[in-house]
Amino acid sequence: MSIDEGTAARVAKLARIKVEEADLPALAQEFNTILGFIEQLNEVDVEGVEPMTSVTPMRLKRREDVVTDGDQQAAVLKNAPDAREGFFAVPKVVE
Amino acid sequence: MSDLTKLTIAGARDALRKGDVTSVELTEACLSAIDAADALNAFVHKTPEIARDRAAAADARIKAGDAPDMCGIPVGIKDLFCTKGVASQAASGILEGFLPEYESTVSQNLVDAGAVMLGKLNMDEFAMGSSNETSVYGNAVNPWRREGSDAALTPGGSSGGSASAVAADLCLAATGTDTGGSIRQPAAFTGTVGIKPTYGRCSRWGVVAFASSLDQAGPMTKDVRDAAIMLQAMCSHDPKDSTSAELAVPDFEAALTGDIRGKTIGIPKEYHMDGMPQEIEDLWTRGKEMLADAGAKIVDISLPHTKYALPAYYVIAPAEASSNLARYDGVRYGHRAKLAQGDGITELYEKTRAEGFGSEVQRRIMVGTYVLSAGFYDAYYNRARKVRTLIKKDFEDAFAQGVDAILTPATPSAAFCLGEMTDADPVQMYLNDVFTVTVNLAGLPGIAVPAGLDKQGLPLGLQLIGRPWEEGDLLNTAYALETAAGFVAKPAKWW
Repeated sequence: MSIDEGTAARVAKLARIKVEEADLPALAQEFNTILGFIEQLNEVDVEGVEPMTSVTPMRLKRREDVVTDGDQQAAVLKNAPDAREGFFAVPKVVE
Repeated sequence: MSDLTKLTIAGARDALRKGDVTSVELTEACLSAIDAADALNAFVHKTPEIARDRAAAADARIKAGDAPDMCGIPVGIKDLFCTKGVASQAASGILEGFLPEYESTVSQNLVDAGAVMLGKLNMDEFAMGSSNETSVYGNAVNPWRREGSDAALTPGGSSGGSASAVAADLCLAATGTDTGGSIRQPAAFTGTVGIKPTYGRCSRWGVVAFASSLDQAGPMTKDVRDAAIMLQAMCSHDPKDSTSAELAVPDFEAALTGDIRGKTIGIPKEYHMDGMPQEIEDLWTRGKEMLADAGAKIVDISLPHTKYALPAYYVIAPAEASSNLARYDGVRYGHRAKLAQGDGITELYEKTRAEGFGSEVQRRIMVGTYVLSAGFYDAYYNRARKVRTLIKKDFEDAFAQGVDAILTPATPSAAFCLGEMTDADPVQMYLNDVFTVTVNLAGLPGIAVPAGLDKQGLPLGLQLIGRPWEEGDLLNTAYALETAAGFVAKPAKWW
């Protein structure tokens, strides 16, 4: 499987990382090197093998469905690059 | 007394109890050593005020009696741990200026035990790297140098600052984290001890996430006893981490009897890699002999899927990273790009992430995005998870045959030069983790122990892999190996 510049651009878009047009060929090349390395996995017979979901045989615990936290608006917004009137501020989202 | 910083945790603990030294004295000695070691670039955020406050409190607590082992011990904290009110950037530009409003469970456990935080330690960006060269702070430098050379060497990665600081006696011990070898490889490169416990032993809460199914915290220390003491203080069951194990934490130090008679040590034939330096082979052979001389039974074992561990890792870890790092969007914390007229929310995300993430992190996020994308999920991600099941089963089969621990080299080479891998393709760097990554995929405990010097005078380490939850037994085997190896070399001070 070879990755072309178009695929590299699509992946960058999906990942929400701006990649300049001029950098796409090198990026595609790196993807191909890494994916070429990963291709080895095709040698393994995985017929009937369950994909791992938990590395230790544990059941995820559940807790009581009650409020245990909250009322921390100031702390939540403390590190925001732009917070206004108790909200995170972002550029206009809806036209 | 400049030798104070050279103390082990155990040595300092005993001296503090006897009143031979105070935590304030120990802490001041470390702070001076740190200020004199900027050339190592190990400490990237220094916290002398916090250190002095905690040291004074620790002295009062010790005086009152009944203080825990870590009380008054000056330590460094990897930048990946969130520490309340103290910069916690995961060595990334995207978390520039981030001051957590909370404390990670592991660092809180250390605070509760009375440990003294000296500052935050350099690392690879988001723990992605094997040489500490992807850090926004610049390279951490290994205090060790090749004989007759002043070329700067990598301390390894991702916990490179932790390894460098402990090896250079800037602190008594440090926290690290290990997703594919990030505690054990730097420990091996710097002649220090590093243990990654069983997945679930240490809470991941408040530790900046890289690959959640693989990440574990652990201590980096000057010897095995210290690793036992500090690991015990770091571990706990934590309701805030749903994968944290609800198991009592044993007394790890009490397990260090040094008696490994009758234990069975497995030697996996698949770890003989093509092109591995003869020195590493020889070290491994000596390690076998040492454990045999101590009364252990050595058996050859097979872990047939070893070869596929790295490729499986480089699907699973980037996949999880692409999901975990989606949170860095320029909205809630950290860096936000300046926008041009007319830019909307998508440009905000794309520009912020392009500016904030370094190239290796961007690469891994995009590889992860690709292997999870529609049409490739089964071919890559699900296949890798199936191979992971087989890798874990390899270990289970070995343990079922009665193997107590597995001995391997820790790394395929000694520390290399900073910049040496710049022109290599990314896969060449990934090969550093060839002996360590299997352990993360299987969720097992693993420890790196310094076992000798190469012909250029650089430390080399051996790795022991233990049964799940048997860190005490593993530490004891490591203790026997350490005692037999008698590694006492220290880097000559040049910084």
